[in-house]
Amino acid sequence: MARAAPEVGGRASPRRLLEREGAFSWIMLAPGVLFLIAFVAYPFFYGIYLSLQERQVAKAGLFVGLGNFVTLFHDGVFWQVSRNTFLYTIVTTVLKLLGGLAMALVMNQAFRGRNLARAFLLLPFIVPTILSTIAWMWIFDPTFSVINWTLVHTGAIRTGFSWLGNATLAMVAIIIVNTWRGIPFYGITLLAGLQTISPELYEAAAMDGASINQRFWHVTLPIIKPILIIVTMFSIIFTFADFQIVYALTHGGPANATQVYVTYAFDLGMSAGQLGMGAAAALTMLPALVLLIIGLTLYLRRE
Amino acid sequence: MVGGREFGTRLLRLYLPLAVCLILMLFPFYWMVITSIKPNRELYSQKIMPLIVHQPTLKHYVDLLTETNFLTWTYNTMLVAIITTAVSLVLGTTMAYPLARMKFPGAAVVAIGVAATYLVPQPLLFIPMADIINRLGLGNTLTAVMLTYPTLLIPFSAWLLMGYFKSVPRELEEAARIDGASRVQAMTRIVLPLCTPGLLSAGIFAFTLAQNEFLYALIFLAKSEVRTVPVGVITELIRGDVFYWGQLMAAALLGSVPVAIIYSFFVDYYVAGLTAGSVKT
Repeated sequence: MARAAPEVGGRASPRRLLEREGAFSWIMLAPGVLFLIAFVAYPFFYGIYLSLQERQVAKAGLFVGLGNFVTLFHDGVFWQVSRNTFLYTIVTTVLKLLGGLAMALVMNQAFRGRNLARAFLLLPFIVPTILSTIAWMWIFDPTFSVINWTLVHTGAIRTGFSWLGNATLAMVAIIIVNTWRGIPFYGITLLAGLQTISPELYEAAAMDGASINQRFWHVTLPIIKPILIIVTMFSIIFTFADFQIVYALTHGGPANATQVYVTYAFDLGMSAGQLGMGAAAALTMLPALVLLIIGLTLYLRRE
Repeated sequence: MVGGREFGTRLLRLYLPLAVCLILMLFPFYWMVITSIKPNRELYSQKIMPLIVHQPTLKHYVDLLTETNFLTWTYNTMLVAIITTAVSLVLGTTMAYPLARMKFPGAAVVAIGVAATYLVPQPLLFIPMADIINRLGLGNTLTAVMLTYPTLLIPFSAWLLMGYFKSVPRELEEAARIDGASRVQAMTRIVLPLCTPGLLSAGIFAFTLAQNEFLYALIFLAKSEVRTVPVGVITELIRGDVFYWGQLMAAALLGSVPVAIIYSFFVDYYVAGLTAGSVKT
């Protein structure tokens, strides 16, 4: 271990430089920091610059100030997209939270094969989203939907639903898929939180005559609250900015009924080639995201 | 005998809800498997009971592997995932190490920067990035995605690794330094080996995220021979209104295999990484 004895002598050789905390730190950091500045910070500010231009792909831009934003705010579609995104985020978050908590509570009991069950339950979260969404596309197929088949054959309905062709059902469909993919994330992280609670706490509470419900509200919930809040905040941020599920299942349709911010920005910026408008549409997410991120940061700092 | 009543409670509290969880979470995968081995006459019939396969066939797999570029897409996906995972692990480590263990001017700013790049989602960047990649002349090259994926993977790896690096006691490092180890040696011989689980977690997650990436690949890779699996499958197996469902399911299943294999070997590291704080969904 003690081969390279520190050199004695005043010269600032590279080796000696590395022994200084500040120099060592910055030499280590430099490649990563430079990379992130070039490929995250620069595109971010370039995006703001683009949003102030009328700019078609492969053409020179024309500075229009806040013109793109004004156009967006006067467009009914933009407000529909905003409503869709918030609805999608809020409903899926509530469902994932409740579903994940239920999954965690079920899994927090001792039984044989628990690790195997946990591994299987996490599958929706690890399989590439586009690939699992393809299975859901087939499940929601207008003619051959297995849900329709089941409902028709049990006599619940007479003719099948057009899942992705109806405005309300299409929203239901993307909510179902997002919830399905997200529940294991909540479930398994919350399970880890539950497993830190010592059984003695429950025994003590039970001895004091606390019912199962009381134990949940007064022992379980307060202890897993921090992890619950962090998981939820992360999930909200990434659901708010979701693209894959909506793009694959509905492309934002029918008639923008499931269009969310990112698919909308994609349509404007990539499909229609209006980079400026697309960049502006993407940036309209920023205020809400910044609030969420500041909230999360403050909370993490307090913990 | 207490068995009867106890089993009843256990049935209600454990077995039934567990079965419901498993069925809901796994049904789409079951559906993928059986759809991929159904002949077309079973797939496109409303009369035949769809929940089981009556006459299984491997035709869709054969067609997928011989008539489409699926193998090329798989090669591209693996190549990109492996390279970007390696790059991100190295740069994630070099960023997380000083942030977790050193005191130096500017540390707070860099730490906030890493957290911000981690949380600011890719959708804010993809349009300017498309223009930048075009101007660099990198459209339709795997270099385009190799350059952009690490923007998602590095902040995440750094974030995850910081927690692990912080957990190694300073005394261990100081003891080695007193014995004459340099700062670099203290890192490579003491701290990093102790953080192997963290490095494994970060690597597995980075690999999974790289396999899952879709938006950049969709924008940058418009030619079939450079596409990744998710993009190739969704753009080429769905042509207009024509869906090749059997092939789609076979592709979805085969495309999930690399992640599933890694996952099955390292499930505990995966769960540890997931719960180590913070994960990008």
